[in-house]
Amino acid sequence: MKNYIVHFIRGLWSLLVGMYTTLRVFFRKKTTERYPENRKQLVMFDRFRGELVLLHDEQNHHGCIACGICETNCPNGTIRLTSEMVTDEAGKKKKVLVEYQYDHGSCIFCQLCVRTCPQRTLAFIPTFEHAVFTREKLVHKLNREGSSVAPKPVAGSSITA
Amino acid sequence: MFDFSIITRWIDQLLRGVMPDAAATVVECVLIGLALLLGYAVIALALIYVERKVCAWFQCRLGPNRVGPFGLLQSVADMIKMLIKEIIEIKHVDKFLFGLAPYIVIIASVTAFACLPFGRGLQVLDFNVGIFFLIAVSSIGIVGILLAGWASNNKYSLIGAMRSGAQMISYELSIGLSILTMVVLSGTLQVSGIVEGQVDGWYLFKGHLPAVIAFVVYLVAGTAETNRGPFDLPEADSELTAGYHTEYSGMHFGFFYLAEYLNMFIVAGVAATLFLGGWMPLHVPGWAGFNEVMDYIPSIAWFFGKVGVMIFVIMWFKWTFPRLRIDQLLRLEWKYLLPINLLNLLLMVIVVVYKLHF
Repeated sequence: MKNYIVHFIRGLWSLLVGMYTTLRVFFRKKTTERYPENRKQLVMFDRFRGELVLLHDEQNHHGCIACGICETNCPNGTIRLTSEMVTDEAGKKKKVLVEYQYDHGSCIFCQLCVRTCPQRTLAFIPTFEHAVFTREKLVHKLNREGSSVAPKPVAGSSITA
Repeated sequence: MFDFSIITRWIDQLLRGVMPDAAATVVECVLIGLALLLGYAVIALALIYVERKVCAWFQCRLGPNRVGPFGLLQSVADMIKMLIKEIIEIKHVDKFLFGLAPYIVIIASVTAFACLPFGRGLQVLDFNVGIFFLIAVSSIGIVGILLAGWASNNKYSLIGAMRSGAQMISYELSIGLSILTMVVLSGTLQVSGIVEGQVDGWYLFKGHLPAVIAFVVYLVAGTAETNRGPFDLPEADSELTAGYHTEYSGMHFGFFYLAEYLNMFIVAGVAATLFLGGWMPLHVPGWAGFNEVMDYIPSIAWFFGKVGVMIFVIMWFKWTFPRLRIDQLLRLEWKYLLPINLLNLLLMVIVVVYKLHF
């Protein structure tokens, strides 16, 4: 009999505790993002991997030395490098990047390219509106028009996306 | 305080002036029926919207917010969808019973709905055994649910209907006893009499301890009676895929859906009537000024306000507690609620006999 009453009161109390908890959640700030309305204010968190970019500085220099490590590391064959051999004034032969091709549609966002880049010239940026109508539009050329490799190895901090 | 019977009497005299008495009665019946069904549908739509919003808020979401301002037109859009949907013919069902079941459920629900006192003079069915009649007709709904499960020719439906039957018959007892407790206090079964009796304080305060116990028991049993969570085993989406209305489609399903929400409204309405004074404003004996200020709020607002609070509490239960097992459900009723209720009835009788209430 004593057990019956104690259990009953304890059960009732636990129910009230549960109701207090849910009531607090009820008045908590809602986490829903109202997307098309808030696209101006919506900021993705820093580590979000939206798309791969080749970092360029103000003088339209990028850091890519066309070593091909990213291309080799890419598990999906997403990255295609085209490079050519150029002989400079000193007569030294040098590999120069012609086109950095990135297929957004087959990227799995593993970030192996960014991690292994010896020049630290690759990065993922947190953009997210990537929907297009054909797959061809997903293939991007990452080196900008008329860009060239930086004269010295560029520190990652001086380059902006 | 505005008395709605002025309007109804005026309409009555107007009709009797232009046509014979019998015809006037028929016209009035049709008008009342239309008004009831309209109110029923509108309240159901509002409740579906409120349920979705409250559910969303309990889960840190916003809920419907696309159709209309704040998603207000969402349930209207849902209703239109439901109305134009095909009613799928199912093989090997008992056609007659299968078609009949949703109508039994909805008729029971509408009839019980008609007994509620919405405001001063705004009540359709009011006679000397009103609250008894309300319990009786609201229990008819279970026949419809059992028929739906049986006629569907589907084992999940049948299990759902049987669970529903066991649950409703058990909890009918608790509802009946807790209402009986309040009837002992009020001394009348007439709904309008019960409301009038609370003019100098709601029964929840007048009846103090036994009334509060009866209130809690009524809320628990009422939640179980409407098949809502945590007592939603008849539907149990995750195990029975909606139980007794699995095989129903289109508006037939819509009837079950409407009846479910309106039953919640009826349970909340009866709770408001018996314990919180129905449409009666909050009166404190001796505070004449305060009582007068309270009288300025229209009676219909009082009723819907109280019902709204009760509905919120019932929804709060649903989104807080996990579903019970069938044995736990029956144990709660037969080993806890029923003995407490019987003792409480005895306590209430003692309180009333020795005039210990306020």
